[in-house]
Amino acid sequence: MATNMLKERYSGKINTVTIGATKEQGGTRTSTVTVGGDSTMPFLQFEGEMPLKPVVAMEIQDINPNWHPVLNDVYAEVIDNPVAWAKKCVEFGADLIYIKLAGAHPDNGNKSPEDCAKIVKDVLAAVGVPVIVIGCGDEEKDNALLPVVAEAASGENLLIGLAKQDSYKSIAAAAMVHKHKLLAQSPLDINICKQLNILISELGLAPENIIIDPATAALGYGIEYTYSILERGRLGALQGDKMLSMPVICQVGYEAWRAKEACATEEDFPNWGNQAERAILWEAMTASGLLQGGAHIMVLRHPEAVRLFKKNAEQLMIKPEI
Amino acid sequence: MLIIGERINGMFKDIGLAIREHDPKPLQEWAVKQKEGGASYLDVNTGPNSEDQTIDLPWMINVVKEVSDLPLAIDTTNYDAMEAALIAYGKPGALINSIGCEQEKIDRVFPMAAKYQADVVCLCINKVGIPKSAEDRVAMAMEFVANAEAYGLQPDNLFIDPIILPVNVAQEHGVEALETIRQIKMISNPPPKTTVGLSNISQKSPFRPLINRTFAVMAMTAGLDSAICDANDEALVDAIATARLILNQDIYCDSYAKVFRQR
Repeated sequence: MATNMLKERYSGKINTVTIGATKEQGGTRTSTVTVGGDSTMPFLQFEGEMPLKPVVAMEIQDINPNWHPVLNDVYAEVIDNPVAWAKKCVEFGADLIYIKLAGAHPDNGNKSPEDCAKIVKDVLAAVGVPVIVIGCGDEEKDNALLPVVAEAASGENLLIGLAKQDSYKSIAAAAMVHKHKLLAQSPLDINICKQLNILISELGLAPENIIIDPATAALGYGIEYTYSILERGRLGALQGDKMLSMPVICQVGYEAWRAKEACATEEDFPNWGNQAERAILWEAMTASGLLQGGAHIMVLRHPEAVRLFKKNAEQLMIKPEI
Repeated sequence: MLIIGERINGMFKDIGLAIREHDPKPLQEWAVKQKEGGASYLDVNTGPNSEDQTIDLPWMINVVKEVSDLPLAIDTTNYDAMEAALIAYGKPGALINSIGCEQEKIDRVFPMAAKYQADVVCLCINKVGIPKSAEDRVAMAMEFVANAEAYGLQPDNLFIDPIILPVNVAQEHGVEALETIRQIKMISNPPPKTTVGLSNISQKSPFRPLINRTFAVMAMTAGLDSAICDANDEALVDAIATARLILNQDIYCDSYAKVFRQR
């Protein structure tokens, strides 16, 4: 006897958002990245569409960030040179470059907005993939810095951030004027996530220009909170909540590489096995967990974690016969 | 709960006059205003004074369609006018408003709903009248659902109305209507949708807005999906937006009442 599959029907879907602009589109990218468009819960492709594959942004910084020794091994030759570093990441398969302008922080060199804009321009000149630009984390400095970067990269259709509930106006205005996408971060709180999207929309930047960063927690450090927010937001979007219908980015590398499981040496914890393998797996596993929660852009650091993640994503994208 | 804006109805003086003179302006103004208020559907009704509904109703549909992309609830029991209006509407998603539980009406309207991919408001009323008990009302709902299947409609293409009577003349009907809504949500999977003519509950009472919004919230708790009501009654729309939060139908944010109106 034939069984009838019970399928959920949803009225809404995730916005489709493109980052980067080619020459014809007013930028200088050789490729662009488009994410979103999902009309089902993650990978339930028998119920709806998941037209676009998840992508990887690899993280670089404008100054040597003194990263984990396993990462230093990979990037030792390029870590003092953001341009060379960006090129290296593209070789490793980065779909986008995520650059954090850490050196602009008053406690970290206090680079001028103009110097930072030049670094972003140099990176844009060196690689063809789309670029994500994040400020240094000092609110006052970022409010001065990001509009200058947005103007210098006008036409490139960057993803620029971070916009937060207490500080979103100057960056949202800059994204609007210079036609970039905006990265809106909320602190593991679906209500603030939605409210921030509303505040940004009320300023005049259409919701279709926003990417959500729900704040990421690593495996073993509260990943289930991020997962449940991803799930709740996705269900809201599928039921037609326009203020939660944005694609999602997860900053995985930063969280995974500071976990104890990544930092503890084999000497101190002989039962935990090889530190490099363990740390890489911690990054890859965090990413694959959040992928199943519905994230679209994963920010990663280690090339092997990138490879593992991409393989996993590719397998999940195969449409099952149901 | 979705709001079906009630204002484009020839019973209102400005709309009645506009229909007589075929002046699109008042209809179009109310279409925009009701959407801003929080309406998800717009009800369109010629009122009792139309000389020829088969002309007036399609005209109304066309002028409202020009300014609003909201789906329309086409409100008439003249089914020739209904069909003319559905043709004028010209796309799926209209709401046929309404039919009673009588086989010949079902046989006339359900094929039309299937043909034009419209949903149907089904009233729990038949030639005998309005049943008092929830049980008898649910029996009619089941009759509608069984017929829907026969005509190729899904249960959730039906918006079943348990029929609301004024609380000051038929007080015992209120709880029965609420119980009917509760039970209708359990008779099939997917269940039929439910709707009410909200302002019936407060007819001839001096406290109409208060009674309307109190009943709206109570009916939402029972599972009400939609109501024909005043989309520009701010306190009513606020109460509906708030009840949606408490029923976990919308995700909370500080601007929730405003966001509800922008749906």
